[in-house]
Amino acid sequence: MAKLPVSVDKLIQDFGPHKNYTPKDGFEGTHEPDKLVKTHCCFCGMQCGIQLKVKDNTIAGFEPWMEFPFNEGRLCPKGVQRYLQNNHPDRIMEPLQRVEGKGFEPIDWDTAMGRTVDEIKRIQGKYGNDAFAMLSGVSLTNEKSYMIGKFARVALKTANLDYNGRLCMVSAGAGNKKAFGLDRISNSWADLKHAEVIIIAGTNVSETFPTLTHYIWQARDNGAKLIVVDPRVTPIARTADLHLPVKPGTDSALFGAILKILVDNDWLDHDFIENHTSGFDQAIDAVKDFDLDWAEAKTGVPQEKIMQAATMWGKAKTSFLLHARGIEHHTKGVDNVLSCINIVLATGRIGKPYCGYGTITGQGNGQGGREHGHKCDQLPGNRDITNPEHRKYIADVWGIEESEMPGKGLSAYELVEAIHRGEVKGLITICFNPLVSLPNNNFVREALEKLEYFVAIDFFLNETARHADVILASSLHEEEEGTVTTAEGRVVKINAAITPPNNARRDGEIIMDLAKRLGAGDKFNYENSEAIFNELRVASKGGTADYFGITYEKIEKNMGVFWPCPSEDHPGTPRLWEDKKFRTPDGKAHFNPVPWKESSEVVDKEYPVVLTTGRVVSQYLSGTQTRRIGKLVDQYPEPLLEIHPKLAYHYGIKERELVKVVTRRGEAEFPAQLVETIREDTVFIPYHWGGKQSANQLTIGTLDPISKIPEFKVCACKLVPTKKWAGPANESPAYQSF
Amino acid sequence: MPNTKYDQQMEFFVDMQRCIGCHACEMACAECETNGQESMIHIHYVDRASTVQTTVQVCMHCEDPACANVCPADAITKDEFGVVHTANSSRCIGCSNCVLACPFGVPQKQEQAELMMKCNMCYDRTSAGKKPMCATVCPSQALFYGTREEIQKMRPNSTPVKKFVFGQQEVNTKVNIMMPKGSTELKIH
Repeated sequence: MAKLPVSVDKLIQDFGPHKNYTPKDGFEGTHEPDKLVKTHCCFCGMQCGIQLKVKDNTIAGFEPWMEFPFNEGRLCPKGVQRYLQNNHPDRIMEPLQRVEGKGFEPIDWDTAMGRTVDEIKRIQGKYGNDAFAMLSGVSLTNEKSYMIGKFARVALKTANLDYNGRLCMVSAGAGNKKAFGLDRISNSWADLKHAEVIIIAGTNVSETFPTLTHYIWQARDNGAKLIVVDPRVTPIARTADLHLPVKPGTDSALFGAILKILVDNDWLDHDFIENHTSGFDQAIDAVKDFDLDWAEAKTGVPQEKIMQAATMWGKAKTSFLLHARGIEHHTKGVDNVLSCINIVLATGRIGKPYCGYGTITGQGNGQGGREHGHKCDQLPGNRDITNPEHRKYIADVWGIEESEMPGKGLSAYELVEAIHRGEVKGLITICFNPLVSLPNNNFVREALEKLEYFVAIDFFLNETARHADVILASSLHEEEEGTVTTAEGRVVKINAAITPPNNARRDGEIIMDLAKRLGAGDKFNYENSEAIFNELRVASKGGTADYFGITYEKIEKNMGVFWPCPSEDHPGTPRLWEDKKFRTPDGKAHFNPVPWKESSEVVDKEYPVVLTTGRVVSQYLSGTQTRRIGKLVDQYPEPLLEIHPKLAYHYGIKERELVKVVTRRGEAEFPAQLVETIREDTVFIPYHWGGKQSANQLTIGTLDPISKIPEFKVCACKLVPTKKWAGPANESPAYQSF
Repeated sequence: MPNTKYDQQMEFFVDMQRCIGCHACEMACAECETNGQESMIHIHYVDRASTVQTTVQVCMHCEDPACANVCPADAITKDEFGVVHTANSSRCIGCSNCVLACPFGVPQKQEQAELMMKCNMCYDRTSAGKKPMCATVCPSQALFYGTREEIQKMRPNSTPVKKFVFGQQEVNTKVNIMMPKGSTELKIH
């Protein structure tokens, strides 16, 4: 029974989101804290260092941490306000159970856990082990990610574990594994500073990774030229040397055309291609017809600009190419990534100072979380769950027979489809809000409503958890020790500042307790987070993501250690590939042919406008945390439809008029924001909200065949002006997800 | 006013082209104990319909501060280091003369408190050897606090300017604006 127990209004009244503000005079103790705890921000992959002020076991404020080398005190608005999750009226402080007609009522831990274990056993006994699935997330530490991977396979004994990284950088991970045999950015951010040319493709750096902006500017101060590929003039694109306003879904055409120009002009590193790569001929054969006329017609970027970008890239001696979700959230996400890698390999600018390439991982532990086993096809150390040797190694570490270990499961969206088909009957979630973050979320809601049992581990009642039978009250980021791996591959330490309030428990304790009750207690007998990390080190040893040489002590002493770090005397690896020994079977970097392919849904007469989605600086992912922080909500209170004035004129749409956006999946109304900073054929809606104003009611659930990432960044829509005007933005209830 | 470590070598530099409009500065400024969760620095879109460009307005700490000159209650003072302090709450009569007089539009009257409030260069932090909160957190370093030598070395393509010409009137400030290399003044027409 996973339907809402009462109206959404009642649930919001009881559990929020409500906006939390700091009192005028600050929280008690902010001026005289008991201690300052050095840790990191809970949000994006930059993992900025920050100090939390602690008074009487609550967070009273923050103080910049000037010594942490990546950000030296710099923070974005989310980082400044992150501490307001503490002292929050919406916090779930004890286990809850669904009561029809009433909502959620407190229960004791024993009842909550007992009922959960009984339901797991009932469902698995009746329908098979894989009928109970788990969805996890990579805002969790490495320790929790590792333990959840082990929990699902060893205690829950299900193949069906996947995670919200599936909506993040999996296309980049898959592309990097194909090309390099390893999934990590090739360089630390320090190598940006002296790159002559920087391409950033599909990454709204200044809104999603604000503190990385300083590194881009440092490079520009040193003479770097900045090329930004984006359908919108984002804040980082505004001052770029060259902005390529690419039509959504055509990135591989752009990079293919650039590859052809590099070849035609012999702007190639023949020595590198000859000695350290394979597949070059097939890659250039695939783009032989990508001439400038064709590329301009496909991408909508004037051919002079494409030529200019290729010339800048071709002639540079040092360079850095970065991409993110903008090119990865596609049914050809892996192709887009490979088309970028091809131009990096063609010029041989990798594995050298100031020559870099990589994805900018989105989530706090998007990097570490994807390496240690809560992906459906993966085991710790970035091992492959279908590889017999990898299975044997991890089975030995876990103390189980290899034959007991489940095989590859379904990816996140496929899991939801399996729930919808009635094949998966039970679900446990942690750190994932699929009702907001997955595409075509009316379909996701239908699926959730079919579950026989749904248990959510969470600290706030997010939109998905509203459908749960039982909620297990869990911990905030600052309530449990661990490590995370930043987007540059640096493993850093998260320090616990406080203990969970009232009857809430640490995530790790909840998982261990469940494991024990499922009969696997002997495999989850960790004394503390460090003990989990030490097992992870062994589990990762010999894998591509090798953490064996990293210890808590070493991390704190060095303010982070870059993996791979295979032994305790190893200093870590900020820059990969200096030895040109790639981790592919033949030891070479692989070019991959990227023939042209259309997106899964293209515009037509009925749905003539391109819809793309993305983010704003004041919100994070599905908003579970940031839609509860007053000033972050007030900065951008509701999702707006960004539309070019010319397109708006065509439909007679006026500023702040409510526009009905309709796709083949659903429809929703948004206030129009007329801006010249977007392509004339494309509209943009940020996706952080649920309910009636959720952009993901409209997006399409088609997946990349390799990475299984959904195509959030392009689909076809039609616009229907309503002649109704939106009320004042600051009165919008959008943050509550009605 | 007590001061122990105020370093006169340290200056404040604003580079509008680097501003990404994220509002981290405002939120960090509001954290200050004397600000009561109000920000003394302000971010605005220039014209969102045509650009994402934002401006950041912080007190420029004028050499000859108009706000202090027009204050009938003598509530606003400039100290020996050139920091123009927010109105002394026991003197301020909430007349708004300073609000009207400031050429940069900095002082704001807090209607509820009937009191003028403005940036005091994070005096509690800067006098203790720290950077102002806004310049500390600014993720793009559109706001920079450091020495003139540092910024000239770090940003060779631009020049700090602290002279502003409003028609016939020249205003010199403690705070610098980063301008194209070789600039000496900013003329506002």
